[in-house]
Amino acid sequence: MSLATAEKLEDIKARNKELVDEVLEAYPAKAKKKRAKHLNQFDEGKPDCGVKSNVKSIPGVMTIRGCAYAGSKGVVWGPIKDMIHISHGPVGCGQYSWAARRNYYIGTTGIDTFVTMQFTSDFQEKDIVFGGDKKLAKIMDEIQELFPLNKGITVQSECPIGLIGDDIEAVSKSKSKEYDGKTIVPVRCEGFRGVSQSLGHHIANDAVRDWVFDKAGDKPAKFESTPYDVAIIGDYNIGGDAWSSRILLEEMGLRVIAQWSGDGSIAELEATPKAKLNVLHCYRSMNYISRHMEEKFGIPWVEYNFFGPSKIAESLRKIASHFDDKIKEGAERVIAKYQALMDDVIAKYRPRLEGKKVMLFVGGLRPRHVIGAYEDLGMEVVGTGYEFGHNDDYQRTTHYVKDGTLIYDDVTGYEFEKFVEKIEPDLVGSGIKEKYVFQKMGVPFRQMHSWDYSGPYHGYDGFAIFARDMDMAINAPVWKLAQTPWKN
Amino acid sequence: MTQNAENVLDHFDLFRQPEYKEMLKNKKEKFEDPHPEAEVEKIREWTKTPEYQEKNFAREALTVNPAKACQPLGAVFAAVGFEGTIPFVHGSQGCVAYYRSHFSRHFKEPSSCVSSSMTEDAAVFGGLNNMVDGLANTYSLYEPKMISVSTTCMAEVIGDDLNAFIKNAKEKGSVPQEFDVPFAHTPAFVGSHITGYDNVMKGIFEHFWDGKAGTTEKLERKPNDSINFIGGFDGYTVGNLREIKRIFDVMGVEYTILGDNSDVWDTPTDGEFRMYDGGTTLEEAAESLHAKATISMQEYCTEKTLPFIKGHGQEVASFNHPVGVSATDKFLMEVSRLTGKEIPEELAKERGRLVDAIGDSSAHIHGKKFAIYGDPDLCLGLAGFLLELGAEPTHILATNGSKGWAKKVQELLDSSPYGANCHVYAGKDLWHMRSLLFTEPVDFLIGNTYGKYLERDTGTPLIRIGFPVFDRHHHHRRPVWGYQGGMNVLITILDKIFDEIDQNTNVPAKSDFSFDIIR
Repeated sequence: MSLATAEKLEDIKARNKELVDEVLEAYPAKAKKKRAKHLNQFDEGKPDCGVKSNVKSIPGVMTIRGCAYAGSKGVVWGPIKDMIHISHGPVGCGQYSWAARRNYYIGTTGIDTFVTMQFTSDFQEKDIVFGGDKKLAKIMDEIQELFPLNKGITVQSECPIGLIGDDIEAVSKSKSKEYDGKTIVPVRCEGFRGVSQSLGHHIANDAVRDWVFDKAGDKPAKFESTPYDVAIIGDYNIGGDAWSSRILLEEMGLRVIAQWSGDGSIAELEATPKAKLNVLHCYRSMNYISRHMEEKFGIPWVEYNFFGPSKIAESLRKIASHFDDKIKEGAERVIAKYQALMDDVIAKYRPRLEGKKVMLFVGGLRPRHVIGAYEDLGMEVVGTGYEFGHNDDYQRTTHYVKDGTLIYDDVTGYEFEKFVEKIEPDLVGSGIKEKYVFQKMGVPFRQMHSWDYSGPYHGYDGFAIFARDMDMAINAPVWKLAQTPWKN
Repeated sequence: MTQNAENVLDHFDLFRQPEYKEMLKNKKEKFEDPHPEAEVEKIREWTKTPEYQEKNFAREALTVNPAKACQPLGAVFAAVGFEGTIPFVHGSQGCVAYYRSHFSRHFKEPSSCVSSSMTEDAAVFGGLNNMVDGLANTYSLYEPKMISVSTTCMAEVIGDDLNAFIKNAKEKGSVPQEFDVPFAHTPAFVGSHITGYDNVMKGIFEHFWDGKAGTTEKLERKPNDSINFIGGFDGYTVGNLREIKRIFDVMGVEYTILGDNSDVWDTPTDGEFRMYDGGTTLEEAAESLHAKATISMQEYCTEKTLPFIKGHGQEVASFNHPVGVSATDKFLMEVSRLTGKEIPEELAKERGRLVDAIGDSSAHIHGKKFAIYGDPDLCLGLAGFLLELGAEPTHILATNGSKGWAKKVQELLDSSPYGANCHVYAGKDLWHMRSLLFTEPVDFLIGNTYGKYLERDTGTPLIRIGFPVFDRHHHHRRPVWGYQGGMNVLITILDKIFDEIDQNTNVPAKSDFSFDIIR
């Protein structure tokens, strides 16, 4: 039973409007005026969701956003497994982002792969006063000495670097020369830059362009090209997502020559310009490099969505449309192969989840991407929003959301709490900072950044896990215990 | 295809299926340009050698896997220990997302904290506007009783003046003039999270006792018979502070816990989210000036706070995270001395029970070698307990430990024959520890969650005691202080010892003659 039949659409819209007005009442005038532009609901037929986005968070409101360093080191570069990523500055940033994103990879950590390690220059006061360039140079020497199998180094700048005028580019260039042209990438992702993680993604993408592609030049790939070579762009292999995606692309007859950046390697980055097509999952964090490759190397790119059988089938066909009949047939074969599994999963879980309402607040792709997967299970997303989306994300969102869906951009702790209180969804999907807030309220919750330590959720294999987990959250007996019986 | 709806395989099993193994093998061989396996193996073996250790210890600039965080984390930890208080961190906003995540991952609780969200323009012009708007927004939205301001490294590098900014914000009406906004500068490039804790605690008492940044009269101390207790930065704060309160209640001591975050990080699931819960009231924070004495449970978390309190006329005493019988004895006797209250029979009995438990299990711990890492005070507390158990601490490491700390640990070790073969490492990290565990192996490692990488690489069984503990649940709810806390630590250590024995004796017809049911 869908929400729209339970309540009339105009009632929902009136309630949403009232709710937004009510929430805004809590702000001082200046903040109220600003926040009003970020809260709205989707009206069918509009080209976007009617909210402003990608502007500064207002101070003091408990934004859920992170920073440019989180976007570069934490998201884009960190998962590249055979390079060493230096968190350059004070100790904290590297510590808090140490192995926290579950970017799975295969390798011998500390020997030939380094993803779940924390390399930092651990800035002290003297480094701030005298600059950190000498220390950085020495760090690179020590890395070469102690981790000889590293395939490259990146310098992930923390706030002080840009403020004290260090020249990390000069250090990187001279050390690269000293070490026979080793790839050393300076990244200017200081946390104060931009308004969220988003600029960090962009800066990280540009660093790949300037310090990996330009350097690699026409270095021949280690393999013979085939007409079916593709690269997975924007899958961070959280809980193994990229693996349960890759397997489908290979089953349909494509050859995946690179993964960006989950379980990725520098060789894969360098080989990507040889791809015939880039398939892009997280548009927000990697559209920049995809556009660059299209311009520079003429590689087309296509967005896809591997959440839930409906979107997976649609995406497989969309990807296949760029190739010949062999691949098109391959796509159909893959869809057919998994049909029985999908039928079983839906038969088992849909009856337990039918009609359940979900509110989401996630990062840069999932606020829209996972909606189809919920709908495959008979669930309904009644509110969604982006931590660091841009207007083009909200345009894309219109293809996913229903008329009257509540939209909240860069939601504040206060707003989110109030929305959930009033709308009473059966499930909230957001991050670790929100998880316990809603669970205290007795609302079932799943982390939709880290898959709540489960996963993968991508691909057909992942959908089975997704369905199981949503059932586990919503139908856990514990939530029935939340109300104290003698108080009601 | 092995996935099926009846028995859903997630990452634990899915990727071990043949189709995935084949896929990953193919990926590596064709596209990753991997080092030859023999080469990887050679380097792996080389990292276990004394030669590698020498190079490793010769590091001067690089830090790998440190066991410390930055000042602002400790600042937040301290601030939420006061009633209705929201921490307000002046600087870049990403930092606050990190502190909140870090604490929520450890406590499995909400962690509320706001940022002034400074960006490029604030980097150029300073963050005054962010402070003015930020305080107003926080005050309106979250209705705190107090806003505790600290800084990130960005605000420190550009030199923002908190005192002036807060005054300015009050003049502009962000918050009422009389509203409490204590502050502390907490640069991330000085000290560690324990330094931040110290700075904020000092800042809060300075605020309440010394005339609220020149806006009111300084308080005049009128000594009374109560004592203050400061726990320090502590991953077990929930269980520990409750245990301390119980002990004080049993003794009949009049006391104030300063920075009591035991409730805010242990709120019920009952349909309501409590952003604030419990905590030291603002009145108590002010009144604490009149106490007879202040006890700090962790010397290195209060290196500035305690002298400040002493300077206001109180007697002060500090401990090093006491764990076990003797350390708890010393703590209780000091409390007794300061308050004139006798230690009741109830506690003597608890002591006897812990001694009894140690006696029952001593044979399994005696002579076992341990490596310990963590915050300076925790290392001291655990080392003392191990000596008491007849175990042999072998490596003790604190990334945020000072030379003075190392000397203190050495004195402790020198006091017992069981400490004879132990080395102390101040300012070293977990990659140093990795070398040590290869060249001078031990039976067990005690540390936080990050120690699991050492367990994997060196085969040293990890006993999780410290902060953060992300991959085990609810440990923070149990005390490690007091005799009962010592009991918890003892049981934690024993469980691991017995699990190891069983894992090493469970092969049928090979080793299972020792697979005993009675131990």
